[in-house]
Amino acid sequence: MSAVTGKTWVFGDEINSDVMAPGIYFKEPMDVMASHCLEAIDPSFASNVKPGDIIVAGRAFGVGSAREQAALSFAHLNVGAILAKSYARIFYRNMLNFGVPALIFPQADEINARDEVTVDAIAGTIENKTTGKNYAVSPIPEHLMEMISLGGLMPFLKKKIDAGELKTGAMPK
Amino acid sequence: MDPFCWSGAMKGLQSPAKEKEHRYVMGETLIQKIMARASGKAAVTPGEIVTCAVDLAMILDSGGPRKIWPRLEQLGVGIYDNEKVIVVADHFVPAADPQSAAILKLTREFVKKFDIKHFYDMEGICHVVMAENGHLQPGMFCCGGDSHSTMGGAFGCYMAGFGAIEMSGVVVTGDIWSVVPETIKVDWSGAFGEGVAAKDIMLFLARELGMENAFKVVEYGGDTIRNMSMMERMVLTNMAAELGAETGLIAPDETTLEAIRAGGTEPAADALEWRSDDDATFCAEHNFDARTLVPQVAAPHKPSNSGPAEDFEKDKIHVDQAYIGACVGAKLTDLHMVASVLKGRQVKSGTRLMVAPSSKKIMREAAADGTLATITEAGGMILPSGCGACAGLGAGIIADGEVCISSTNRNFQGRMGSNDSFVYLGSPYTVAAAAVAGEIVDPRGMLS
Repeated sequence: MSAVTGKTWVFGDEINSDVMAPGIYFKEPMDVMASHCLEAIDPSFASNVKPGDIIVAGRAFGVGSAREQAALSFAHLNVGAILAKSYARIFYRNMLNFGVPALIFPQADEINARDEVTVDAIAGTIENKTTGKNYAVSPIPEHLMEMISLGGLMPFLKKKIDAGELKTGAMPK
Repeated sequence: MDPFCWSGAMKGLQSPAKEKEHRYVMGETLIQKIMARASGKAAVTPGEIVTCAVDLAMILDSGGPRKIWPRLEQLGVGIYDNEKVIVVADHFVPAADPQSAAILKLTREFVKKFDIKHFYDMEGICHVVMAENGHLQPGMFCCGGDSHSTMGGAFGCYMAGFGAIEMSGVVVTGDIWSVVPETIKVDWSGAFGEGVAAKDIMLFLARELGMENAFKVVEYGGDTIRNMSMMERMVLTNMAAELGAETGLIAPDETTLEAIRAGGTEPAADALEWRSDDDATFCAEHNFDARTLVPQVAAPHKPSNSGPAEDFEKDKIHVDQAYIGACVGAKLTDLHMVASVLKGRQVKSGTRLMVAPSSKKIMREAAADGTLATITEAGGMILPSGCGACAGLGAGIIADGEVCISSTNRNFQGRMGSNDSFVYLGSPYTVAAAAVAGEIVDPRGMLS
């Protein structure tokens, strides 16, 4: 996984997974679900976010429901990285399992909407090209590095299965 | 509280050792003991990353088979254990449209295909069904595909919520990585006053402790909790999710063992040994007095936005809908609270009361003891057992500008329907009192 550069979308504290993936669209296909991502707080987000754009947020990003659609919506919209002051536990795990880097970024308040930012999740560096500021952050946890670099949990499991490193049941006939 | 303490803990740590280590550790917390056993180690310390064997993996119609089956096909493998993977259909039940019907059909086909031994089809909400059927034992390590899986922690076991993507991994590998959490100890002493319930504890704690306790466990204790039934205890562990915690825990006692037996399972011989040591280290300790707690209400749009119910009276907030439902808020004890308010009273004209019992078993019991009759005589409507309107999925969702007061656990914007609706949270007493008054009131005036 290489560094990503994109424009920033800035959100506040305690943005919950219900507003990222509203339950009333649960039965719809993923592209419909993703088109409603965050609409309750920013109706323009899903239609205007560009591949590689960076989400910047405050505390407890993704708090609430375990719904994977919250994380999957960002992956579906090709968001490049998420930088939040802190994460809700299940959302954080979901993001990494979908291979989208989620970094803890205490200085989130120093980023403005539409700044151009480069994120290197493996090196743990953030460069704000608009303000010229550089930051060092904790990289992705070491035990998850391989999974993230392969693109998430499914490619990681596939590799282990193909290498004969994982024992499980067989697919029934 | 340091919101980043877990992040530091996740840096530079080694993978779990394969060999059993022998370390002398004084004063272990309950979660340390559970994770030590599940990871095959003599002892673990908070911050350590471990791989735990999963004793029970609960998946649901919503984020279960329909998400997991295609991934199993993609990987070309099956599941790790058809005794340990439990399937519950509770989110889209009963089917109200063709998509829901198709999701439920696929769920049933998955059960057949993978020869799942424990399937609960429209029997009630998963967390309550687990408890009713003796699946949970102290010391177990369990994963569930729903954030309120924390509810199972009332049995002194680890049970936490995970997304469908992570549950896809669990049903394949039978294990999962975890950071051994620190424990926040929360003790309550004294008896509740009239009209006060476990739900009020949680709306109070959401305000006091906040919603940002990620990768920490909340362990509840004290005589208030010891005197609670299992159903009331499960409110505390359920809403540990609203505190943002990894899970909630309550050490087992005789009440726990009785509940396990009632579910048709004999408790393990060592069941009561699963408890934190007296000299265990907690990252925070809180002591609260239940005698001074008053009924609480959380205003839109988050559970921590709470205060005493009596403070809401002056605003005369008209209630369009009063909803009794979800895993947390429509158990038999909850329905009894509702009936105690409604007895001899009527739901106010212009306000609708809907009641969706948490499980079919609870529905049967409430029918048998006259509770449902009290509710319907007062003008309440009984809905099917399932997740329903709590998550904006089933009957009872609300429109633009409408106000709902609900015994459920979460009131995030748009959760119960329209993005422009308003959800307040309260105990079953408080919701029933609002149904009668047509506005938000302190329920104590209707009990004495």
